[in-house]
Amino acid sequence: MTDEVLGTRRLSKRFKGFTAVDNVDLSVKKGHIHALIGPNGAGKTTLFNLLTRFTEPSAGEIHFNGRSVCALPPREVARRGMVRSFQISAVFASLSVLDNVRLALQRELGMSFHFWKSDRVLNRLNDRAMALLESVGLTGVASHAAGSLPYGHKRALELATTLAMDPVLMLLDEPTQGMGYEDVDRVTALIQQVAVGRTVLMVEHNMKVVASIADTLSVLQRGRLIASGGYQEVSTNPRVMEAYMGTAPGHGKESVA
Amino acid sequence: MTRPMCYGFLLLALVAAPWMGLYPVLGTKILCYALFACAFHLLLGYTGLASLGHAAFLGVGGYVAGYGIKAWALSPELALLAGLSVGALMGLVMGYVSIRRSGIYFTMITLALAQLVYFLCVQIPQTGGEDGLQGIDRGMLFGFIDLHNDRVMYYTTLTIGVAAFLFIARVVRSPFGQALTAIKDNEPRAVSLGYHPDRYKLLVFTLSAALTGLAGALKAIGLGFVTLSDVHWMTSGHALLMTLVGGLGTLSGPVVGAVVLVTLENKIGELGALLAGVTGIGWFATLGESVMMIMGIVFVICVLAFRRGIMGELDALRRRVRTPNPAPESQS
Repeated sequence: MTDEVLGTRRLSKRFKGFTAVDNVDLSVKKGHIHALIGPNGAGKTTLFNLLTRFTEPSAGEIHFNGRSVCALPPREVARRGMVRSFQISAVFASLSVLDNVRLALQRELGMSFHFWKSDRVLNRLNDRAMALLESVGLTGVASHAAGSLPYGHKRALELATTLAMDPVLMLLDEPTQGMGYEDVDRVTALIQQVAVGRTVLMVEHNMKVVASIADTLSVLQRGRLIASGGYQEVSTNPRVMEAYMGTAPGHGKESVA
Repeated sequence: MTRPMCYGFLLLALVAAPWMGLYPVLGTKILCYALFACAFHLLLGYTGLASLGHAAFLGVGGYVAGYGIKAWALSPELALLAGLSVGALMGLVMGYVSIRRSGIYFTMITLALAQLVYFLCVQIPQTGGEDGLQGIDRGMLFGFIDLHNDRVMYYTTLTIGVAAFLFIARVVRSPFGQALTAIKDNEPRAVSLGYHPDRYKLLVFTLSAALTGLAGALKAIGLGFVTLSDVHWMTSGHALLMTLVGGLGTLSGPVVGAVVLVTLENKIGELGALLAGVTGIGWFATLGESVMMIMGIVFVICVLAFRRGIMGELDALRRRVRTPNPAPESQS
């Protein structure tokens, strides 16, 4: 398929006596918001770690933009445009909000090793950094320490930092986890907004979020991909209903964030 | 009191010290250890890596400078440069081997490598073995500054020390320092933004080792001798102690820690004699022989009572004073 951004062939990860990811053939299409769902322990985060090369697969292939990434270190995958976020909000706590975003931008200046220069040389990135903060609604707290932000803001900051990498493909690990209702709505709208012109693969438990923004849905259960397709198609799939959603599609027990 | 004012006072005190009764040679020693502690802290404070290998850089930096002066009649500035370069080179090699590990594993690898260097220093003839290098001539800095004068030596050391301190302050507030802080805060996230953490750690390790080598060379010139105790791993422990007593994570902490501990170490005998005289308890007079015990007690008190170190506690105190209503702040 030519419109495939990310694809895996028989991807597996076995830990001692336990298969976390089992022969997964995943295909993420360009421009889609692709949601990955499944009960706890289904292997979603392990799959994320495999895709971004944070974990070495036991078997299988990963193709990104038509090229195998299986021999690359994780930083190289990121530099090629597949940028991930983390399940726990990953910000640089002791740096300011602005500095957090600038860190994603500064590598391209090629002076990250310049220990003799003042950090004022980074001020040229401020406009772009502020624009990114604007897009996630954080301009008001730009000078605050990232560690002091409330949870929802941290997730928004993480999104802005990820966006600063100008990724082709964003991998978001439970972007709305642990958020209140207002925050969930805000972040959902945000993801939809930033997904324009990009591809998003997200792990998400909140079925309301998935139903409202995902173009494609893949369901993992005990490491296996048991269904893939549109929301209607997947949510009425008997195997999915049995394994994951109970009998009431869209209102499974996992839908409460 | 603002931060620049604090630094101003500290500098003023160091400038005035020889005129206030501080023996300049002791002053020089204190400054050399302060530089050593600052270099050590550049690594520990900004990567969280505790090295027990820094004594090797200090000792070998000193040996190289001392040997260069004695055998090849190097000028002091070249001897200092040699100490700095050797420190950097050793740092690059030791860092390359150890930096992939973190925590206790990193510490143990640096310790093992430092022990290797220690035994080399015991064996090779150039270090003078058990005798060490004695009678290193201070010489003329740039051909016209006569370092034989103790006060000139002190102020030269102070100048170099301040320059090194400013250099460190620049490093931590550079684009490189930003990346380093990010890596310390959250390494996986830094990787996911395309950073290569090991390279940053290796560079800061090398910088730290270079400054330590400089401190060693400066100490060799200022005190006129280098001994095996300089390369012994206990000396690395000393730097760790100074950093912790002074305050981890504050730029001035290691300086204060070095001033306090080196002074204590050198004056404890006098203090003991004084106490023995005043109280009439003879035991106090033996305090000078139990320096290590006193250092141990200082360390225990520091860890138990003021974990943030002297400067860390002062910082916290200042913040408390500045906040009118401290109640909601008390948890921070």
